[in-house]
Amino acid sequence: MVVREKFHFDLKELQNKLVELGNFADEALKESITALETKNVELALEIMENDTRADVMYEEINDFAILLIAKQQPVAIDLRRIIVAIKIATDIERIADFAVNVAKSAIRIGSEEHVKPIVHIKEMYEITSKMLKLSLESFIEEDVQKAKQVADMDDDVDNLYGVTIQELLRINQEKPEFLAQITQLSFTCRYLERAADHVTNIAEHTFYLVKGRHYDLNE
Amino acid sequence: MVVSTYSENKIAEESSDHMSVKKESKKSLAYQTKDLNLWYGTDHALKNINLDINEREVTAIIGPSGCGKSTFIKTLNRMVELIPVVKISGDILYRERSILDKSYKVEDLRTNVGMVFQKPNPFPKSIYENIAYGPKIHGIRNKKVLDEIVEKSLRGAAIWDEVKDRLNENAYGLSGGQQQRLCIARCLAIEPDVILMDEPTSALDPISTLKVEQLVQELKKEYSIIIVTHNMQQAARISDKTAFFLNGEVVEFDDTNKIFSTPSDQRTEDYITGRFG
Repeated sequence: MVVREKFHFDLKELQNKLVELGNFADEALKESITALETKNVELALEIMENDTRADVMYEEINDFAILLIAKQQPVAIDLRRIIVAIKIATDIERIADFAVNVAKSAIRIGSEEHVKPIVHIKEMYEITSKMLKLSLESFIEEDVQKAKQVADMDDDVDNLYGVTIQELLRINQEKPEFLAQITQLSFTCRYLERAADHVTNIAEHTFYLVKGRHYDLNE
Repeated sequence: MVVSTYSENKIAEESSDHMSVKKESKKSLAYQTKDLNLWYGTDHALKNINLDINEREVTAIIGPSGCGKSTFIKTLNRMVELIPVVKISGDILYRERSILDKSYKVEDLRTNVGMVFQKPNPFPKSIYENIAYGPKIHGIRNKKVLDEIVEKSLRGAAIWDEVKDRLNENAYGLSGGQQQRLCIARCLAIEPDVILMDEPTSALDPISTLKVEQLVQELKKEYSIIIVTHNMQQAARISDKTAFFLNGEVVEFDDTNKIFSTPSDQRTEDYITGRFG
């Protein structure tokens, strides 16, 4: 006989809700980069408007998790599954906020010609996006090896961040009249670097879920 | 909690003690069982039980029906001897003395080891007489002394305020939860050292259950308590140590914090998370 079938169904539902939020945040981040690259202010405004959906999903996950704790009194790994889900939801919600921040930078830059191609920034997004998918897989499959890969990929984002910021600083010396745009592009790099750190937090949560102890993967 | 810096080695290592509570100063043992085996005829009900049970702690025994937990607790006051087909090997030490030794009088043992059962079982007498009965058997006749014992015991079981004005009424007039606390008071009246509780709240409503749980927390300051419970959350709430029994064996015995957060054995994890049982 399968015992606690409803509880296990609800745990699965909680995972599904997280994946849904993760997909939303990833799509928002992707579109924000597109808005920046294509100077599409309308798209940027749309991203800002849609962010309330992420907030609603985040609250739903929290409410659902709290109800599960209250009604099912989980222990051991089941308890960690729910606590970790709440923490992951917070990290993903922050990533969705970074998408809004990038969209705002896109609006501030407007139609001004870019001082450099958006290549590195796009690359940072691509890695962060892969990290996010992999981190959610690591959580759902309770796979610490995948979580470890996420942590390794974060180093690539950090390196790109360093390179891009150095380049922007150099451009600033050559073209000081573009200071406002360079500042917004630097902010964007910072948002992506922070987003990748939040994804690394998700990998840490997977470690905690599986091992029952805390690891700092952002070192 | 310690935050570890990530490294390959750390991921690989499986620490077994990180969630356990800090080591306490060494307590004396109330009970110790050594390779305890018990058979009901040919049915091997307890298998090589080795448990060290600390004084002034709550030790919870959990496990599915038929795992041997009630049998185990009944060996601790030798109640199990009442069943003729029972055969025991190994040893049970109470305060370092073997209770299986022929010279150990069962009356002496049960003066030190009280028991509370699943269903409240007050005597068909007044509330006062229920408490005074034990001390009277032990030769106390002085009314003033008995009055003091009755009050102290009823206060100790957190029921004094509810019954002090009707001590001469029949105990059967009390609610189930009150009757159970009366039975605990009756147990306290003979000033035991250990209190055995065999599913003491399974017949009680939720509020009465919480009252008995609160009482257990108070009582452990002075008594060693061993409680068999089907309610895992109750074990998590009130016990210091938990033993998980399965098919007559102790699968895991550890700090309750450890058992309910990161148990060492997969079978324990599966049981406490409700995956079987």
